Amino acid sequence: MSAPAAPSPLLLLDGIDEPGLRTLEVYERRGGYESLRRALAMTPEEVLAQLQASELRGRGGAGFGMGTKISFLPKGSMDKYLVCNADESEPGTFKDRELMQKTPHLLLEGIVIAAYAGGISCSFIYIRGEYVQQADVLDVALAEARSAGYLGDDILGSGHSLSLVVHRGAGAYICGEETGLLDSLEGKRGNPRLKPPFPANQGLYKGPTLINNVETLCTVPAIIRMGGEEYAKLGVERSTGTKVVSVSGHVCRPGNYEVELGIPSREIIYGLAGGPPDGRAVKCWFPGGSSSPVLTDADLDIPYDFDSLAKAGTMLGSGAIIVVDDSTPILDVAMKVARFYRHESCGKCTPCREGTNWTVKMLERIDAGEATPMDLEIMASVQEHIIGNCLCVLGDAMAMPIGSMIAKFRDEFEAHIEAARSRTEAA
Amino acid sequence: MTAVRRFEGGSRVPGWDEAVDLEKDPAEVPDPATTPVPEGLREEIESHMADYPDPRSATLPALEAAQRVHGWCSPEALEQVACVMGLTPADLESVASFYDMLETVPVGAHSVYVCTNISCSLRGADELYEQIRAAAAGDPDLNVRSFECLGACDIAPMASVDGVYVGPLTGADIPRMLGEIRGGEPVLVDKQLLRRAVADPRAGAEPPPETATEQGQG
Repeated sequence: MSAPAAPSPLLLLDGIDEPGLRTLEVYERRGGYESLRRALAMTPEEVLAQLQASELRGRGGAGFGMGTKISFLPKGSMDKYLVCNADESEPGTFKDRELMQKTPHLLLEGIVIAAYAGGISCSFIYIRGEYVQQADVLDVALAEARSAGYLGDDILGSGHSLSLVVHRGAGAYICGEETGLLDSLEGKRGNPRLKPPFPANQGLYKGPTLINNVETLCTVPAIIRMGGEEYAKLGVERSTGTKVVSVSGHVCRPGNYEVELGIPSREIIYGLAGGPPDGRAVKCWFPGGSSSPVLTDADLDIPYDFDSLAKAGTMLGSGAIIVVDDSTPILDVAMKVARFYRHESCGKCTPCREGTNWTVKMLERIDAGEATPMDLEIMASVQEHIIGNCLCVLGDAMAMPIGSMIAKFRDEFEAHIEAARSRTEAA
Repeated sequence: MTAVRRFEGGSRVPGWDEAVDLEKDPAEVPDPATTPVPEGLREEIESHMADYPDPRSATLPALEAAQRVHGWCSPEALEQVACVMGLTPADLESVASFYDMLETVPVGAHSVYVCTNISCSLRGADELYEQIRAAAAGDPDLNVRSFECLGACDIAPMASVDGVYVGPLTGADIPRMLGEIRGGEPVLVDKQLLRRAVADPRAGAEPPPETATEQGQG
């Protein structure tokens, strides 16, 4: 497949600011819940086939095939659960917030269809506690949908039933990790669990559990409307469809933009978000939230899709582009990132708990003029020892970007070490 | 960058150096007969418990409700939640100490979370946070905290005032913001996130209803 031709359709953001869209009345007037009716007229297997044909990959960070995930759920009549991950805490990411706040029924419709495909009768939206206003919007929409018969027992006379609870978190990044989320939803500390067993086999309350991101589920109604194969024509091979990208940091027009996957990254950063202000240049950018290894201005022409970014040694992640311009020292960026992960490490696994702390201390040492260039080697090796050695990827999420910064900006780190040392010695 | 809160001996954990009574039995589930629980709080917790297949899932909403009543997750608050939910206070303390929004020490009634994570800090959040802290210093009603990414980098630098997102903020907004919080008024109405349109120019509001029906949704 070749690079997509502009303009791409808007499947998620189209008319999202229409007044009253969050009410059932306006949502229905715009054709809302038609996809649900269509899905309920099919068998669950047919709905699943459409989702698989769409090749939709999860929009939360890992990029796992959504249809494949549903197909992993065991068949049978046991209690199965669907959990919508609305914990959106990856620094730089704010797409789910905009979707939930402005078009809550789209999410509810996606949840009901996905639950139907997976034979699921009990579902939850785990929304981060900070999103107070968005959770309130969801609660109102939920009540509306329930009284209209889109949720609850025997939905639209199909015989399919689904309960849904909006569960508010209380502020912990780790609860966006799917097993940490499950423990938190069970009323415990949000510590990640050992995998396997994967949630599809043993998740919430030890039952088979499907966990999907808000944007993934919001895409489901469009797939049913268009047909899976038609949806798969959008984007590029192995990165089908459109994606809401959150652009932030040093750009003129930060915000959410819906793009067809595979467009050049430059088009998003400069074309849509306006690039860095005042003639400043891009120094580095995170393509998928603060957990993704950084790229530089030399990488701006990389197509924005899962595989192209993976080939460049980084990841699409949650689709959050953070742009850093050349006025910012790389040490400041590294320090922010490392301090965040130190604060959010749950402390269960040693490499993450200690590694995030040591990294912050080493960065502080560099800034205080107490480091030598050898400390960079030590810091890089700490990162290598975190990756792959913990129950979840929180530690990796610091190690990968920090490692990439050391590799790509070594000269600047060394200059910083020297400058800070001579400053300290002079004083 | 804000200093991590330190307690005795530089520890981040309060009371770490206090002697533990190893002979003492662990606290049990509080006895309803001797643990008075405000009626509204009890009802709210019980209604949350009824929402889940396992009532224990209601821990976070229950603690949040208790915090609203008591101002923080005080020993008394934990005791009351434990009593209604049939858990030990220790179960609840382990949860309360894990989450940033559950307070384990008394705090001001109005929360001002200033995001100081990367996207906001690239746009001046660290300076803003210091200014807000200085302006709010000495006011026991304000709980000003630097916070990790609040998911609103499009309005960076920003803050969440009692759950209401406002931004982009400048130093000039601070006196009005604090004045409105103290006066119980809506905060920085013109800068509230809810009023903001999506950035994507192609997603603009649709034309009036008569033409909108023709376009439909796709």
